[in-house]
Amino acid sequence: MSAKKEELRIGFYVCHCGHNIASMVDCVAVARSVEKLPGVALARDYKYMCSDPGQVLIQQDIREHKLNRIVVASCSPLLHEHTFRGATEAGGLNPFYFHMVNIREHDSWVHTDRQEATEKAKALAEAAIRRVAHHKALEIKKVPIHPDVLVVGGGIAGIHAAMTLANAGKKVYLVEREPSIGGHMAKFDKTFPTLDCAACILTPKMSEVGSHPNITLWTYSDVTKVDGYVGNYTVQVKRKARYIIEDLCTGCQDCIPNCVFKEPKFTDDFNEGLGKRKPVYIPFPQATPQVVVIDPEVCLNFKRGKNPDGSPIVSDKCKKTCVEACGEKNAIDFTQKDELKEIKVGNIIVCTGFKTFDAGRVPAYGYGTYKNVYTSLEIERLVNASGPTGGEVILREGKNPDGSPKTPKSIGIIHCVGSRDKKTNIWCSRVCCMYSMKLAHLLKEHTDAELYNFYIDMRTPGKGYEEFYNKLLEEGTHFIRGRVGEVTDWAMTPEEEGKLVIRVEDTLAGVVRRIPVDMVVLATGLEPQADAGDVRRLFNMSCGGDGWFLERHPKLAPVNTFTDGVFLAGCCQGPKDIPDTVAQAGAAAAEAMVLIDRGYVEQEPNTAFILDQECSGCKSCIPLCPYTAILFDEERKKAYINEALCKGCGTCVGACPSSSIVQNLFEDSEIFSEIEGVLSYD
Amino acid sequence: MSKPKVAFYWCASCGGCEETVVDLAEDILGVVEKVDIVLWPVAMDFKYKDVAALPDKSIFATLLNGAIRMSEQEELAVLLRRKSQYLIAYGACAQLGGIPALANQFSREQVLKFNYEDCPALANEAKTRPQAQFTEAGRTPHLSQLHHVVRTLDQVVDVDFYIPGCPPTPNLTKAAFEALLSGKLPPKGAVLAPDIALCDECERKATKPTDVAFTEFKRPHQGLWDSGKCFLAQGVVCMGPATRSGCGAACTSGNMPCTGCFGPTSRVRDQGAKMLSSLCSNVAAKDVAGIQQALAGIPDPVGTFYRYGLAKSLLRRRVDLPA
Ligand SMILES: Cc1cc2nc3c(=O)[nH]c(=O)nc-3n(C[C@H](O)[C@H](O)[C@H](O)COP(=O)(O)OP(=O)(O)OC[C@H]3O[C@@H](n4cnc5c(N)ncnc54)[C@H](O)[C@@H]3O)c2cc1C
Ligand code: SF4
Ligand code: SF4
Ligand code: SF4
Ligand code: SF4
Repeated sequence: MSAKKEELRIGFYVCHCGHNIASMVDCVAVARSVEKLPGVALARDYKYMCSDPGQVLIQQDIREHKLNRIVVASCSPLLHEHTFRGATEAGGLNPFYFHMVNIREHDSWVHTDRQEATEKAKALAEAAIRRVAHHKALEIKKVPIHPDVLVVGGGIAGIHAAMTLANAGKKVYLVEREPSIGGHMAKFDKTFPTLDCAACILTPKMSEVGSHPNITLWTYSDVTKVDGYVGNYTVQVKRKARYIIEDLCTGCQDCIPNCVFKEPKFTDDFNEGLGKRKPVYIPFPQATPQVVVIDPEVCLNFKRGKNPDGSPIVSDKCKKTCVEACGEKNAIDFTQKDELKEIKVGNIIVCTGFKTFDAGRVPAYGYGTYKNVYTSLEIERLVNASGPTGGEVILREGKNPDGSPKTPKSIGIIHCVGSRDKKTNIWCSRVCCMYSMKLAHLLKEHTDAELYNFYIDMRTPGKGYEEFYNKLLEEGTHFIRGRVGEVTDWAMTPEEEGKLVIRVEDTLAGVVRRIPVDMVVLATGLEPQADAGDVRRLFNMSCGGDGWFLERHPKLAPVNTFTDGVFLAGCCQGPKDIPDTVAQAGAAAAEAMVLIDRGYVEQEPNTAFILDQECSGCKSCIPLCPYTAILFDEERKKAYINEALCKGCGTCVGACPSSSIVQNLFEDSEIFSEIEGVLSYD
Repeated sequence: MSKPKVAFYWCASCGGCEETVVDLAEDILGVVEKVDIVLWPVAMDFKYKDVAALPDKSIFATLLNGAIRMSEQEELAVLLRRKSQYLIAYGACAQLGGIPALANQFSREQVLKFNYEDCPALANEAKTRPQAQFTEAGRTPHLSQLHHVVRTLDQVVDVDFYIPGCPPTPNLTKAAFEALLSGKLPPKGAVLAPDIALCDECERKATKPTDVAFTEFKRPHQGLWDSGKCFLAQGVVCMGPATRSGCGAACTSGNMPCTGCFGPTSRVRDQGAKMLSSLCSNVAAKDVAGIQQALAGIPDPVGTFYRYGLAKSLLRRRVDLPA
């Protein structure tokens, strides 16, 4: 405490915000009312406080009138608190001797009676005047940033973010849970709207990632734990056993043909179950890394059942012809165990993508009942030159008279399956119209079939997308507007016999139509990953009601999350196409680089601290902190807060039963005087 | 120089506070030796008019226990304040309102009706109620009247110091006397006890987990409690974390949870609210049904969290009662 208490000299400014505030609040009257309050040295109204002259006004007044506290009544602190703190500091005061009153969002914008709105502004101003008297000088702390970055998910978003950072000289850990990176894009043959070959543009990027000196690529791995805070995250990664020593495997794939299973007979997930693989396999030819995997669930060298630690039991019953084939490379290791790695990073970019809607949830469309109903991803594999059929489009069911598989002569593509529907997902998946047209084009190219697209609205808002639609129209694809009622094999006419009939109300023609086809393709929508909830908690992010990860601000901070140092890119944030995904990935990389290159983060000093003498060690606060910032010192039997972790949420402050936790900028004296200020105004 | 004059007075209290003074045992002699007692209704016969006749500020210190509930108590509080250099609120009732202040949940009419008409243990056929005055045998005595609200001493007159407890412990009382007599006094308004919560001196503290999550609450009579384990860890509401220490953890070492009689620390405005907010934040259930089920174990929240502090709390009194 200083010897004698400095006399309070508050400067008060009420902003007109053009007409935003002045039209509903009598700013002059507010200034005249505040002028009379104890401690107020001057009160002014001004047209635009946030403008340069407005800020200069504060600075001049601080010097000329020896002000020691500043209150500005204007817009939301979210918008201009920073601005006015800056002006306060430029005037020579500690920036935290400033307090802001929101008389726009909280007053002028939400009231219709000028008189009452003015009275409210006066009351809010009085609260701030009383509060600011208790403000203390605070210091902004700087916390250093670890320069390495973790990218989670190796789809096109993760690949692009990792490459951007690595090319800028930053060290990146890229963690992908599948055996290869590539994500959904790796499954596509061509991409809309340019129809360039997906593999041609993606695989070079994948192998670059695999060999980049600045990228540590960990596929077949999961992030299991995240501790710390912006700039200083400690992350635990589980590298799942793939029974192959990655460093020794050359990717020659000699083991695969030599496996004791002569024929591939296990479901191949990469090909959406349309193909088969062996227990030892590589997901697809261009997989990165070029390292095989052994599936212990089906490999004969493992017993069914698990060891107590959850790892599979080695039976050693197989002849292990794969090991023979591998020879002196010695890359196969059946005793491999999951391995936990711990890394330190300063920033994290989450790029965990999406899953497609489960078509079985709309039984009326017959997926799973009628074999010739396909999902879009299945078709992506079917038309793919390196897919399970080598790009030949053949039906699951039905043979030609000569016994060869049948090619469809007519195909119906149903848009919006699991999108724009209250019963399933309310949102538009944004890419389905476009990929449906892409698939229509490719299917026509491959089969020369008659193509029907059933759509509710055609959504083609990207660059070159409407042109693509026009091209499809020219190609002779039929577009029928209407939500399909059902897909059935119940024939009503001879020509429907042996076909799948699509029943739809054609809303342009105003008739109900029945269209018999050989193949139905369901344009399944995009959904958050099944484990999005866990991932969200792991990285301390938020989700919208729909389950997509929530950006900090939809317009102004689209790749930031509410946790500093955790960024989003790609479809984990919401459905989008590849161009938007890549743009976001670049933006997220840039955001991370901003922090890395600055080298430190500034910490809002609104953190909480524990009064050490006064803490009784009751531990009530410890489990409550959402950021696990509170720790217990077992030796001294006192709780303490790691200031760098504290976000100033105030939870512990309210909960400490002996009020031994104080929060800067929210001290009891500040809050109570603020309440008294509002209440005392009459 | 003459010995300093000391007065003891009681208002709405149970007499336990007086007992503590007596409990000083042989130490009381040391006190009595050093002071002149000018008023002590429980032990000695003095008349109010003798006190009224004393010059203002001539009493060095008055230790007043009990809440202010009756008109007579208010009169004496005002009188003693005028006559004393130091007025000390002695015990929970004078400091916080204490048990008597639980009556602030009811109106004066409800209190009188219950106590003179409805109470099952009552024999008052005529439903006679105390009168402000009545005449009998030609004399008209005036009786003290019940106020609408039970108040703490400092809600009636200015108070210099507080000695907490229901009742205060002999140790605190002795220490207070020593401080008074030696002139080594803390700033005005201080509570003469440590300003840290009880857990600090409770032997069970180490057994409280850092992740306590309440699934249910039990009242003290509903179980046999582990005498070595934190009550909260056993699901018994213990006010220790929200209560000033200084009692030597008397209750918890007697295998009873703290009920909060020492009141909050200096930093807290409302002891009950503080304890509630801490307890409720740590309830395991996150859904309404689960929360209600856990809280069902606390059938009397006011009596649990505001047992001694209602008059001094932000609540003070039920708002919907007649003035
Ligand atoms: C049928 C179909 C066709 C499409 N065609 C086109 C097209 O032609 N043109 C176009 O622009 N867009 C197209 N799209 C959209 C395109 O697929 C997406 O824009 C793109 O894949 C988004 O990339 P991403 O990296 O965000 O997500 P994904 O491609 O989903 O990649 C996510 C990656 O993260 C991994 N992962 C997930 N969770 C974790 C975790 N917890 N830990 C570690 N790794 C994890 C996944 O295994 C995956 O590798 C199409 C979409 C569909 C469904
Ligand atoms: S495990 Fe051995 S044989 Fe199989 S791909 Fe790797 S190096 Fe080749
Ligand atoms: S204020 Fe919030 S973030 Fe900070 S320590 Fe307390 S509970 Fe944790
Ligand atoms: S709640 Fe308060 S008294 Fe209890 S451990 Fe936390 S800081 Fe200390
Ligand atoms: S028993 Fe009560 S006073 Fe003792 S540690 Fe537990 S909560 Fe604190």
